[in-house]
Amino acid sequence: MLRKELLLLTAVAALVLGGCAGGEATKPSVEDKSVGTPETAGTGTPEGAKGKPLEAKADPLSKRRVYFSFDSSSVDDENRAIVEAHAAHLAANKSIKVTLEGHADERGTREYNLALGERRAQAVARMFKVLGVSADRIKTVSYGEEKPVALDHSESAWSLNRRVEILY
Amino acid sequence: MKNIRIALVVLAGLLAAGHALPAAAVLTIEITQGIDGGMPIAIVPFGVTGKERPPVDIASVINADLARSGRFTPLDKKTFVAQPVEDRQVVFKDWRIAKAEALVIGNIKPAGAGRWQIEYRLYDIYKETQLAGYSYTETGDRLRLVAHQISDLIYEKLTGERGVFSTRIAYVTRERTPKGFSYKLQVADADGYNPLTLLPSSGLLHEPIMSPAWSPDGTRLAYVSFEARRPILYVQNVIVGSRTRVAEFNGINSAPAWSPDGTRLALTLSRDGNPEIYVMQLSDNVLTRLTNHPAIDTEPSWSPDGRELVFTSDRSGKPQIYRMRADGSDVQRVTFEGEYNARASFAADGKSLTLVSGAKGNYHVSLYQFSNATLQALTDTPLDESPSFAPNGRLILYATERGGRGVLASVSSDGRVRQTLKLQEGDVREPVWSPYNRPSPTKE
Repeated sequence: MLRKELLLLTAVAALVLGGCAGGEATKPSVEDKSVGTPETAGTGTPEGAKGKPLEAKADPLSKRRVYFSFDSSSVDDENRAIVEAHAAHLAANKSIKVTLEGHADERGTREYNLALGERRAQAVARMFKVLGVSADRIKTVSYGEEKPVALDHSESAWSLNRRVEILY
Repeated sequence: MKNIRIALVVLAGLLAAGHALPAAAVLTIEITQGIDGGMPIAIVPFGVTGKERPPVDIASVINADLARSGRFTPLDKKTFVAQPVEDRQVVFKDWRIAKAEALVIGNIKPAGAGRWQIEYRLYDIYKETQLAGYSYTETGDRLRLVAHQISDLIYEKLTGERGVFSTRIAYVTRERTPKGFSYKLQVADADGYNPLTLLPSSGLLHEPIMSPAWSPDGTRLAYVSFEARRPILYVQNVIVGSRTRVAEFNGINSAPAWSPDGTRLALTLSRDGNPEIYVMQLSDNVLTRLTNHPAIDTEPSWSPDGRELVFTSDRSGKPQIYRMRADGSDVQRVTFEGEYNARASFAADGKSLTLVSGAKGNYHVSLYQFSNATLQALTDTPLDESPSFAPNGRLILYATERGGRGVLASVSSDGRVRQTLKLQEGDVREPVWSPYNRPSPTKE
């Protein structure tokens, strides 16, 4: 109960003091013009536009993420094609240095997942080396489960988070 | 609106913390199971002498502490037939009728220069005797600590075990910001009050922090920070805030665990290509490698006598708990039950481990007992992690997920009492309970 009173008191104090409470949290946030700007509307083309189907280009270089199964660091055929395409590109462009960033999903413990992320990054690094990319151009780093790309707690999110990012 | 809310909790923290370090949002506690069934105890509101109101309601802090322990059921003060605040006002019969087994009374008065004098007494109602009685003189900002120490003494007198109310917890928070998540390493009282931010000291840190670990004397925290874009191990002095990099080898530098005598740090390094467990002598940073296996070996934790370590290894194909001597010899597998057992740590008596056990989408906090080699799940939520024992072994603090947010939770080691600690905004994770040691108020 005392706690509620304290919070109420500080709420009043915060309102009175305005922005002078100090600390990083009171800095004005970046102004986001996209929020609150009214959107305008038109009627659009009366007739439906005629579209031409675009073929998927399927350039494996456009994909920079290699995905893994749970608690696994083996690269399946679909993901192998991505690794091979990048390896070929790197073998042909010797000035490029690459960082392989290994990640895990949130299940299980953080320190074990840090090791698992590293094992995944090393698995891709080994493939690169076999495919002709010299070791001194490859850096690996693991973030474990600390940097998920999908924030849900579901299999679909977990499958996106078990990954190695090929960065160059 | 959001900014006002943040300002509010920051300010609440500032008021509570007395400006010593950058303050932070306060964790709030909710007991979710096990309020009834403890020893009935009457805690009478403390008498106040003079017009000035003390900044802390000592009796209600004691009440909340003892209720949270699960060992006591504080009686509703509305049912009290008397309100004794001094020894001579106590009539034992009143409290026998109220079915109280123990009684706490006290009073507080200004002692000049912002100080307060607090007196309290604890009675056994059936034996009609005083079990404890102390007087303290402290400044207003230390009254919560006095209240927690009174709770500790009551707990110890009535259960025979040390209380943990005046200990602290360390944890990591994650908040959304316009530039992505920001992370903080914080320390707070065991009830979530007086939160202080140890890292970053100012501004926002947009890289993760993990694996905080208290030194046995409670003066330092080891942790892993990604601020240099890779996992580097630091040791920070909790009192003055200074810190040193203790491991920044190639690969991962992680999973710090202090030896019970505080002279060595067990840690996981992959500098030789594969995660292995090492021990670093902190006086000269000399490393000794303990494990040598192509599997993942990590998450070391010392036995209380310092002779052994447990650790996680997937050398059998799945992560399981192993034990070894402190020199790395005599490795033996500990857990055999289930697909996934990891991050074990010892209870203070060395007789049990708390760890994460699970399979697929379900990871629970569990208890492993060495005497009969049994593994028992203590929680039933799906994403539980980072369990650690309170220094008296009675409670286990861990991280879990509620409504899409990271919260802390605790469960008594018998599984009976549960509570959650959560932030008003953002996630809180990787809690770790401090040892007993901390500066104490002067007793008179």
